[in-house]
Amino acid sequence: MARATDVTKAQGDLYLERLTKSFGDFVAVDDLSLTVPQGSFFALLGPSGCGKTTTLRMVAGLEDPTAGRIKIGEADITELKPFRRPVNTVFQNYALFPHMDIYENVAFGLRRRGIKDVKTQVMEALELIELAQVAKRKPAQLSGGQQQRVALARAIVNRPAVLLLDEPLGALDLKLRRQMQLELKRIQTEVGLTFIHVTHDQEEAMTMADTVAVMNKGVIEQLGAPTDLYESPKTAFVANFLGQSNLFPAAVLEVDGEDIVLEDSDGRYRMPMNRVAPSVSPTRGGRVLVGVRPEKIHIERLAESDATPADGNYVDGTVRSSSFMGVSTQYEVATAGGEIISVFAQNLSARDLLSEGDPVRLTWAPRHGFVLNGSEDMNAGVEAVTAAAG
Amino acid sequence: MSIAAAIAETADEGPKGPPPKRRGRFIPYLLMLPGALWLGIFFLVPLVTLFLTSLQTPVAGGDVGQFEQTFNFANYPETLTDPNYYVPLFRSFLYSASATILALLIGYPLAYGIAFKAGRFRNVLLVMVIAPFFVSFILRTIAWRQILADEGPVVAVLRVIGLVGPTGGVYPSAIAVVAGLTYNFLPFMTLPIYASLERVDHRLVEAAGDLYASPWTGFRKVTLPLSMPGVVAGTLLTFIPAAGDYVNAALLGTPKNTMIGNRIEFTFLSVNDYPTAAVLSFILMASILIMVLLYVRRVGTEDLV
Ligand SMILES: Nc1ncnc2c1ncn2[C@@H]1O[C@H](COP(=O)(O)OP(=O)(O)OP(=O)(O)O)[C@@H](O)[C@H]1O
Ligand SMILES: [Mg+2]
Repeated sequence: MARATDVTKAQGDLYLERLTKSFGDFVAVDDLSLTVPQGSFFALLGPSGCGKTTTLRMVAGLEDPTAGRIKIGEADITELKPFRRPVNTVFQNYALFPHMDIYENVAFGLRRRGIKDVKTQVMEALELIELAQVAKRKPAQLSGGQQQRVALARAIVNRPAVLLLDEPLGALDLKLRRQMQLELKRIQTEVGLTFIHVTHDQEEAMTMADTVAVMNKGVIEQLGAPTDLYESPKTAFVANFLGQSNLFPAAVLEVDGEDIVLEDSDGRYRMPMNRVAPSVSPTRGGRVLVGVRPEKIHIERLAESDATPADGNYVDGTVRSSSFMGVSTQYEVATAGGEIISVFAQNLSARDLLSEGDPVRLTWAPRHGFVLNGSEDMNAGVEAVTAAAG
Repeated sequence: MSIAAAIAETADEGPKGPPPKRRGRFIPYLLMLPGALWLGIFFLVPLVTLFLTSLQTPVAGGDVGQFEQTFNFANYPETLTDPNYYVPLFRSFLYSASATILALLIGYPLAYGIAFKAGRFRNVLLVMVIAPFFVSFILRTIAWRQILADEGPVVAVLRVIGLVGPTGGVYPSAIAVVAGLTYNFLPFMTLPIYASLERVDHRLVEAAGDLYASPWTGFRKVTLPLSMPGVVAGTLLTFIPAAGDYVNAALLGTPKNTMIGNRIEFTFLSVNDYPTAAVLSFILMASILIMVLLYVRRVGTEDLV
């Protein structure tokens, strides 16, 4: 058959170039450009409705982009019909064929391509997801989690150049989820496929992916290695969506050599210039957001540390609430300037627990803070996390 | 197993619900009661009467139409071996099967188009499928005389392309009868197929495309098997009534095109040979039942959910 053209066997990095998808007036994906290196594990993270599925559908060929190009290596696949693309999808809703048994579901792609040893490959794939014993059952006779694993096997068995996974582990319990995460990662490194993994679960994204892209309202807010994203968020949305952040407004005082000096009603903060997001213009009086992760803050009773710390930023305040969480305690501290800052303190000994009303001093190393553009919404991404978790 | 049960069995594709609670055990039977009574009075009783009639013999020296109740089972082999009867019977199944196949060939694409391609015109098209029912069956069939008349458009076209001779026609003929049957039962084919196509999850077709199936392969491997319950129901709803139909043969055919329905009518009402007519009715019923069971066993069980 004529389908063995060069394009369908395309190999190489996946390029999305200025991809846009509108449904009527609504722009679901907005001028999105990104490059996914061949063989990498790429996670697309974002709140519900931000356009993750739409992006994947365009790569799979199930949705025509309103504008933009999609390429694999040199080959432009934008106009290619889905069945000619070297791309397979693990659908968010599984989309298993109800009239075929599990074996036939997994064999479907192999049969269409006229592969010879269907049986060995299908059984291998079923072993992988530990469901070989249900090969003869129909999808309706499996649990949700089992169906999800079958959907995974059905796509992986084809060893496509790009595998699109739309929340492939959403229906699994925590233990199975961790196990499948490891399996997925193993398959990906072993076979060298490019994985694009859509998830709500930031922990999953960060543990599995080489590169994480945080998406919001049809655009990619930030893209990078998980640690970069976590340590140096460039927008308030990323800071809040990925883990927790304390963000509070401040004004630029000066740039002092390698450092930027900021000020708010609670005092001054000094941070290295490389901790400042590119969208910030470090001019005197410029409004910024100071950010620091709760676990990076050191909390002490104020009486014990009257002297101003020589190195580091600090704020004084009083404990408003504390909640004991086992390995750590979370404190909410109200500062004199009216900010609420949350702190995770490791539980080194039970005697050190602070209680409500205690005066405290919060300190953190300059390189642990980050500076964002002051015109951003401090709470961007906070609701999204709550919604995604709920 | 009754035909209704056979249809219900093939049409049933959903997962079985939980077993009913003990307390509500009798409710299903209560709900079935009116239907069961109806069937008992208007189906079972006449059926028994008919069966008894089929075993009657003429009263010796009596008038035409005078019979006495006997148990003359020889009526059956006698009727079955008479070419006056088995030829129309065979013809009925031939016409009916042809009409069913034609209706399937027309009805499936029609249903497919309405279900997947019609967009906002879907409801309008559905109404148009049912619209002929607003006109009486007999009138619609008579209209086909006009459509297929020698001066009509169909024959004119057929003459131009040479399918019929310059003086030839299609009415009255076997073709006209099959055309009438096809037309009259098309909605019974189209609607069940539409109903099952409409339930086919489009995302499954997308998944097939994602797994290297061309649109045609995707249709063969996913859409078609998932719409089989509708195909089975539609073919049964067309074949069964068409096999017993006598209006189309009477209005659109020649005496050479009589179907078993016409024979039964004639034997009952004109010859007044009630036992033979009853025998024919029973044979018709039994042969349909056997064919349907064979068909449902073959088609109904494979490829269904
Ligand atoms: N066919 C469509 N017609 C109109 N709007 C659509 C269509 N498909 C998606 N949308 C809209 O586009 C937006 C993005 O949808 P998409 O399915 O890509 O979200 P998502 O990021 O995958 O969300 P989730 O995490 O809930 O799966 C949503 O607001 C959705 O309502
Ligand atoms: Mg989605």
